[in-house]
Amino acid sequence: MSKVLDDRRYTEEHEWAKKEGDAVVVGITDHAQGSLGDVVFLELPEPGKKITKGKTFGVIESVKAASDLYAPLDGEVVEVNGPLVAAPEGVNKDPYGAAWMIKIKPANASAFEALMDAAAYTALLQKTAK
Amino acid sequence: MAPQRTPLYDAHVATGATMVDFAGFEMPVRYTSEREEHLAVRNAVGVFDVSHMGEVFVEGAGALEFVRGLVTNDAARIVDGQAMYAGLLNEHGTFIDDVIVYRFSPTRFLVCVNASNQEKDFAWIAAQAKAKAPALAVTNQGALWSQLAVQGPKAVDVVATLCGDGVRDIGGYHFREGAILGEQGIIARTGYTGEDGFELYVKNAHAKQVWDAVVAAGALPCGLACRDTLRLEAGMCLYGNDIDDEHTPLEANLGWIVKLPEPGRERAPFVGMDVLVAQKAAGTTRLLRGLELVDRGIARHGYTVHDEGGAQIGLVTSGTQTPFLNKAIAMAYLKKPHTELGHTVFIDVRGKKLKATIVKLPFYRRPGAAKA
Repeated sequence: MSKVLDDRRYTEEHEWAKKEGDAVVVGITDHAQGSLGDVVFLELPEPGKKITKGKTFGVIESVKAASDLYAPLDGEVVEVNGPLVAAPEGVNKDPYGAAWMIKIKPANASAFEALMDAAAYTALLQKTAK
Repeated sequence: MAPQRTPLYDAHVATGATMVDFAGFEMPVRYTSEREEHLAVRNAVGVFDVSHMGEVFVEGAGALEFVRGLVTNDAARIVDGQAMYAGLLNEHGTFIDDVIVYRFSPTRFLVCVNASNQEKDFAWIAAQAKAKAPALAVTNQGALWSQLAVQGPKAVDVVATLCGDGVRDIGGYHFREGAILGEQGIIARTGYTGEDGFELYVKNAHAKQVWDAVVAAGALPCGLACRDTLRLEAGMCLYGNDIDDEHTPLEANLGWIVKLPEPGRERAPFVGMDVLVAQKAAGTTRLLRGLELVDRGIARHGYTVHDEGGAQIGLVTSGTQTPFLNKAIAMAYLKKPHTELGHTVFIDVRGKKLKATIVKLPFYRRPGAAKA
């Protein structure tokens, strides 16, 4: 079973979002990195870029295939994890920590609370595990 | 229809493999990391369950003549105990499948076919036999056989622990029938990784025992993900990606598996031969080429290739970031005259035109391998 942490929220597309002051940090879940396999390429937006909930904000590629990254919230990118783009294999090693992808300034401060909590995301994983 | 399982399914799940539906089979895509599995095959030895592959036997008087008329490579130019890579073509000269033909004797052949094509291939071969050599026995034995591919520079040592040191004398693309852990099977020095290695054909009931022994002898279980990156580094085609029923072997740069009649050398015609003779005389209009990305990014199946002016000149058939060479590589059909080695082309990767160089295939050749 993949790891799910209690200190953050989740999307159905297997991104996580975590509050950090006024910003929200975004990455992909342990389940997502496990299904992708070895990550070899990452494309992230520039700071200042406006992103929209449910729309793609970047691309992650494993040896096998390219997958879109989906924004958990509306907002503006304020910081990007540059070292991770240079060494994307970090996504497989520490998806909840060092392999954060972007920090965003949410357009609406309360939207974060509407995301799935750890219990709901765990239930989603159990349901999709057949 | 529920996917089929190979006799090794339980062993894969117990090892913690990620299983995927592939060509109607539940197969291991990776056990831990496809990168590590890939490197194990390049540097030491790995083992793949390829029991999903199909085995069609052609047996009886006249089998040699029949097989010569069936595939592009010439079964008369190999000896008993030798195997050859070949195209199984339709009347248009395009691929029904790519196959390995094993010649046991002039009256007994094994045609190893892709899992995704086995029903289609068997129907085609059986129909050809019915029309041309009705006395031949053509049997689809895919459900009886398991196949383990033991691949890598140390594969021979692993296989020797199961089959004896005699296997060291089996040459590349040669095989013999013999005991594998005491049970009769086929020991073939063939593979799909670009490394030295063996493909062991064993009866289903025996597969688990052989798998366990191969792993105990030091082979790392490897999944389909690294099988794909290994074959791509080695410049080998994958049916459905790089070759299909819209492309001929000459377009796929596989002229070496096409034996056409030459002055002084007769050639019994094979299906599609007239098309290839004409195509060879006229010249092909497109060619499968290797590409190496210069800009940062990865090309994938279906991406378009463009010239400097932006005009589309081709289509990517396979592409990845390779674990061993550690660069982004791809194969693509390119229109002539845009096929010259060393030339720069541009691959459309999600709207960005990334620079790539046309390079000679294969991308990787194992140390000490003879030049093709």
